[in-house]
Parts: sequence; C-alpha cells; structure tokens
Amino acid sequence: MTSQHSPQSVPTEGSPPHAPSGVVVRNLNAWYGSFQALTNISLDIAAQRVTAFIGPSGCGKSTFLRWINRMNDTIPSARAEGTLKLHGDDILARSMDVVELRRRVGMVFQKPNPFPKSIYDNVAFGPRLHRVYSKGDLDMLVEQSLRQAALWNEVKDRLRASALSLSGGQQQRLCIARAIAAGPELLLMDEPCSALDPKSTLAIEELIQQLAERYTIVIVTHNMQQAARVSDTTAFFFEGQMIEWGETEAIFTTPTNRQTEDYVTGRFG
Amino acid sequence: MSFGRARSRRWRDWSERGIRWSLFGASFFSVFVTFAILVVLARESYLFFGFDQVSIVEFFGSTEWNPLLGGTQHFGVWPLVCGTMLVTVIAACFALPIGLTAAVYLSEYAGPKTRATLKPALEVLAGIPTVVYGFFALTAITPLLQSISPRFGNYNAMSAGIAIGIMILPIVCSLSEDALRSVPRSLRDGAYALGGTKFDVSVKVVVPAALSGIVASFLLAMSRAIGETMIVALAAGGIAQMTAEPWAEVQTMTAYMVQIFLGDAPANGVEYASSYAVAAVLFCITLGFTLVGRYILKRFREEYE
Repeated sequence: MTSQHSPQSVPTEGSPPHAPSGVVVRNLNAWYGSFQALTNISLDIAAQRVTAFIGPSGCGKSTFLRWINRMNDTIPSARAEGTLKLHGDDILARSMDVVELRRRVGMVFQKPNPFPKSIYDNVAFGPRLHRVYSKGDLDMLVEQSLRQAALWNEVKDRLRASALSLSGGQQQRLCIARAIAAGPELLLMDEPCSALDPKSTLAIEELIQQLAERYTIVIVTHNMQQAARVSDTTAFFFEGQMIEWGETEAIFTTPTNRQTEDYVTGRFG
Repeated sequence: MSFGRARSRRWRDWSERGIRWSLFGASFFSVFVTFAILVVLARESYLFFGFDQVSIVEFFGSTEWNPLLGGTQHFGVWPLVCGTMLVTVIAACFALPIGLTAAVYLSEYAGPKTRATLKPALEVLAGIPTVVYGFFALTAITPLLQSISPRFGNYNAMSAGIAIGIMILPIVCSLSEDALRSVPRSLRDGAYALGGTKFDVSVKVVVPAALSGIVASFLLAMSRAIGETMIVALAAGGIAQMTAEPWAEVQTMTAYMVQIFLGDAPANGVEYASSYAVAAVLFCITLGFTLVGRYILKRFREEYE
C-alpha cells in the first residue's frame, strides 16, 4: 500500500479514497471443524456493482462473506482452501496482513453495532486506527462519510451525542458511515436490514444503490425482493454450494436451475 | 394431565400477603441496622465533643493527634485521615492497574482453559483472612522493602498498602472481568472488521464500553481498602502523623479504633469516646465515596439495546 493511500487523497469530494475492487473466487472450500460449510465455490464479484448472495439459512452465504475479510479467523475451528483474490491479492494467503485487508474490505453487520461512543468518534474510529488522515482533515472525512451514508442532515447538530441515542435505522447508517470512513474498496453487508423496520429498510436499500457508484458491494440477504431490488448480480447458495449465479434479472426471471427456480418463486426456503 | 386440589382464593391471598411482609421485613432489617449504627455513632460522637479537653474546631482544624501519651491531649483528626489515605492510595496504585490488566488478559486474551484455571486461583485470594495478610506484610513484604531501602521501618505504610492491594486485587480483577465479558460480541466484531488488532479492540472498544462496571469494581475495592483494619493494625504501626512518605510509620482511623477497643484506654474516658468520632468521620468518607461512585456510574453508564 503505497502513495495511493496518502492522506491527501482522502477528503476530495466525489471520488472514493480507493478504487473499488472486485473479488475473484475459484474452488473455495471452507470448514468448521470437520463440517464442510462451502464446497467448490467459483464466481466473480464485479467491481462497482452490487452482488447479492441469497439462499436458505445455513446455506453458507454468510460464511462466504466472512471469508472475504477473514472475519472467520476469530473462530478457531474455521479454515478455508482455494483461491480468493481481492484486486489480485490472495486473501487466504498466510502473508496477507489481516489488519490491512479489513481496512480495504469494510463490513456492516446484521444488527447495528455502533460503539458506545459519540457519533463523531464512531465514524472517526477507522481513520484514527489506521492514521489515514492528515491533521484537520478528520472533520471533513467524518462529514463526507456521514453524507455518503445519508445521515449527515439528521446528525450534523449533535455529532458529540452518543451513537446509542440514534434509532435502529440511523444506527445502521452510522455503521455504514463508519465502514466508509476507513476508505474501503469493497463493502460487505451481512443482512443489513434484517433488524430494521420497513421504512428504515427502504432508506438503506436506496443508500446501497447510491454507494454502488463508488464501492463494490456484496450483500447477504434472506429477502429475495431485496436482492431483486438492489443487486446487479445474484448468486444462489444451497447447502454449501453455489447453485447458480448471474445477472439478477436473469436469476429471478429465467433461472436455469430447478432449485434456483423453486427458491426464487418461493416454493421452499 | 391431572390437576392437584385447587388452592382456595383465601389461602392464596393470605400467603401472598405473608410473603410480601417477609420480603419487606428482610429489606427493612438491613436498613434498620444501618440506621441503628448511625444513631450510636452520632450519640457517642456528641458525647465526645462534650468533654472539656475537646473542641469541634480542634478536631477538624488541628493536625495533632495525641490522645493517650502524657502531657496535653490533642484531638485533631487529620493525621488519622492522612494515614488512611496514604495506605489506601498505595493499595490503589498497586491493585487497580494490575487488577485491570489481569482482567483484560482473562477476558480478551486467555483461552478458555487458562481462564478456567486462573480465575478460581485468583479468587482464592479473596478467601484468605486479613490477619494472614497482616502477617505476610510484616514477615515478607517489610523485609523485602528494607532490603531495597533501609529507610523503611519495621512498621510502614508501604508494606500495609501493598498487602491491602493484594487483598483487593481479586475484587478489581473479578468484577472488571465480568464487566469486560458482558460487552456484546457484536462490538468486538465491529472493531475487528474495521481492522483493529486484538489490543486495539480491547483497549479502544471493550474497556471503554465496560467503563461503568470497571469504575464500580474500583470503588468497591477502594471502600474495602479504606475500611481494612487488621492489616494496618499489624503492619502500618501506631504513630498518628501527617506524612506522605511511604516508608513512614502511620496510624489509620481503623487502626486507632482497634488500639482503643483492645484496652489501651479506660471505658467512658475521652480517648474511648474519641474512637466513635473517628468512626463517624470514616463513615462520612466512605459514604462520600459511594455517592461519588454512583454519580460516576450514572454519568458513564452505556445501555446496550
């Protein structure tokens, strides 16, 4: 990581701090202990697009997501083999710097998990951790991240208030702003709307589409309508295998696989 | 499915009432005892200030405490307060950093097996009678200190302070660890996902999130340290003096009371009564501590969900 990460590149409005990256996946296998959670997954996650992973509970879609930023490292029994490349860098390699990887790959969780700190400190957490800002630019970076997360107008007068004083939907947008502020190339979203009411869900979905102009987004969702609404590409997972992937419209209207068709038409799952 | 004989409505109402009163009685009892102690303290202190050689101005204004030895008696409480504070500060400097560090290790770094071994081992410390700590201070800590510097006397504040520090270590460690472990996993995940190292996650997210519980453990430990009696009576000495020197011999408020009640002073004399006034001061300090602690707790409390 060289000059392109210089602080000067951070606060310029209109362009993301780092060019969005895609992910190339070939023959990925993953296990929890002796249980094989993923079998021979191969697909491409296109840069600056929204890719949705759908499938019934336990199908491996979240496991897959958590390998892209190596969050599974925190689970002692988890291991993976195969090729997982972020902009040409081997994610699973022993030499991969996990701290740097996670700065490049942001993550938004199922339940909003803002830190019990102020709104400002939540957004500034990543930049402070990685010292990717020059002095004085932090305010601007926080503002820009909150604007991109469509939260700025609601919180600009109370940046020092506790993040826990926000509503659930606002907290989730704050978590998105927090992920953006670290300057990621890719954003992972693990069922980001499952704990939210319909109105907040709509706000997040609109936000995802705006963010896709700047970032590569991977979203795991239980909600097929959501996948159809927000994503460009959809991959259907079932029992640890990726059954089918392609343009979202094709997956939902003319799936080639019988299981996919049954799932997207609501016959099971 | 079979039903037992239905309890009559009347029976139920009576038993509910009985339960309610016994529960109230139990909580009332503890409050009653506290007030009874307060009344005794207040009455005896009032009698103490009735003696000719005592004045309330001298008690709170003078820095000379000389109740027993020949010559003029002096009752200025500050040397005793000073001794208590010196010993307590030493104990805190010892126990708070070590206790919190150990708690972070146990909660964030140690594997389940290590924790299962270490935590009970640490909690054994809490079961040791304080008189044993007193002997330990006299026979182990003091000689060690004297080997470092000859300035340390046979009785000194440092030795007692360290022994009290060891005594309150399990309180700090165990309660802080509980507070750290109750921080939701989702917060740790959030910090790891932003590229935090284990140390970043522990120090910048988990410890701040558990701050109210950590402060509570500190305050509980401190009030135990202030009120600790046996260790200071054995190891800190018996000279009431205004000093901040850790190698000096000091007398704490509690140690003075032990001295009086073990028979160094005739009952109903002025010295005897003075210990009640000292106890009242000690009570007020501990109360102030608790109130400040409650305020801090409320101020820093973070609710999850």
